[in-house]
Amino acid sequence: MRPFAYERASDPAAAVHVATSIAAEAHVRAPVQYLAGGTTLLDLMKIDVMQPERVVDIRTLAARLGAIEADASGLRLGALASMAETAAHPAVRQDYPVIAQSLAQAASAQLRNMASLGGNVLQRTRCHYFRDVSNHACNKRLPGSGCAAISGVNRLLAVLGTSEHCIASYPGDLAQALIALDASVETLGPSGPRTLRFAELHRAPDDTPHIETNLAPGELITGFRVSSGPWTRRSLYVKVRDRESYAFALASAAVALDLQEGVVREVRIGLGGLATRPWRAEAAEAVLRGQRLDETSAQKAAEAAFADAIIHGDNAFKPELGRRTLVRALLQAAALEV
Amino acid sequence: MASHTNRGGLERRILLAATSASAASSVLPRDSAAQPSTVPAADMPVRLRINGREHRLALDPRVTLLDALRERLDLTGTKKGCDQGQCGACTVLLDGRRVLSCLTLALSAEGQDVTTIEGLAGPDGALHPMQQAFIDHDAFQCGYCTPGQIMSAVGCVAEGHAGSEDEIREYMSGNLCRCAAYPNIVAAILQAKAGMERA
Repeated sequence: MRPFAYERASDPAAAVHVATSIAAEAHVRAPVQYLAGGTTLLDLMKIDVMQPERVVDIRTLAARLGAIEADASGLRLGALASMAETAAHPAVRQDYPVIAQSLAQAASAQLRNMASLGGNVLQRTRCHYFRDVSNHACNKRLPGSGCAAISGVNRLLAVLGTSEHCIASYPGDLAQALIALDASVETLGPSGPRTLRFAELHRAPDDTPHIETNLAPGELITGFRVSSGPWTRRSLYVKVRDRESYAFALASAAVALDLQEGVVREVRIGLGGLATRPWRAEAAEAVLRGQRLDETSAQKAAEAAFADAIIHGDNAFKPELGRRTLVRALLQAAALEV
Repeated sequence: MASHTNRGGLERRILLAATSASAASSVLPRDSAAQPSTVPAADMPVRLRINGREHRLALDPRVTLLDALRERLDLTGTKKGCDQGQCGACTVLLDGRRVLSCLTLALSAEGQDVTTIEGLAGPDGALHPMQQAFIDHDAFQCGYCTPGQIMSAVGCVAEGHAGSEDEIREYMSGNLCRCAAYPNIVAAILQAKAGMERA
């Protein structure tokens, strides 16, 4: 690991002041990085993918930025709440099961105890070519260097939202629940607090895959807000993996459903393990609205979700796995007793 | 031919001596010294409360809690497996919650209670119910993952996630055992759970 200067944040504004003191091209490339759970940052520093010069430890802010609050209008999740405590929170489990399930099926018990929600949504791709610094063709890590994955070992990589410059898959689970529920993100930046839609947090790779988010360098996620709706309780997360536990998604579906007598009044769909960024399947939602939800309509929605999928060799199985995962999630959500 | 072998052996001994001397002078991972330094990392004072005892150390910010335990405090019960947060061998409790000490900076553990495998037994040396259960059920072969398994299992029971064999398997999935002693580990946790609930 390269040397870095370590400091503890005394309050959120002071942390942001430090983190924005040095100019940077993008949030993930800034020379000052926040340390919360450390499960992504320290891992990537050990393998030399991230090389911050200063690390600002924000675990000291957990009492101020870690609260979970729920009322009739919705849910607010503090950015420093841990994955484990959020997954176990009674209001989250009962009223937003897709959030609790996406967290409980992610990582391991130890990692869920450590990792914060803010850090979790910013976790970085597991693409082997991104993580291996002996590979010199990775546009995400070395802008303009090419992409070894497109013609390489790409079984785990994305089929949706790719570009000719990057097919790295976004690995997270919580983000699929948050994008499905149209959550918002609260941040603190150099010019004060702001709120953006969760759907606007991550960027498509296009020709700048090294710029992963729309956060300014040093901008700090302080929390998430999810509005309650008739669909939030009838929601779930289906995750398909190479092994039963402690693995990233090959395909996953976050589904929230408002059904009236078997007809879809509203549906929200997020897809994981399949796309370059958290993915809302709006085309599939449009197919289902106003329709009776059954295997036929679910299949039509799944076809729409992957109409634009682009495969690259090893990951050719993913569109079909993704379709089946989505069909199963939709039918299971319809069968829930809420 | 013989002299060539001897010369090769001598060179290897010198190399080994040099390597171990440099390893002993630092608690950092072996590869870190070879990398270019952009910012000088001065040692920083830290107070760590481990198994109820307070320790004052001065550490390079890069030192993980795992390396501080093993290399500075001779608490070598906590094992280094992958050193990348994937195997669970380094599991310790931080304020009673199981975490990976390889992905925790020692500096950021200040102010929290660290419990390692050395801190589980009672003051009279009586084994913790989980330690006894692992012995009773022969829940290990080579034993390398065992301290991490036991610490994780203590956390698993304390969190209330040891309700069934399936639940134990799910909530212990972050601890890998390459000898595959999993069935015996699950049995040990079920036994210890009963003992911990009586205690």
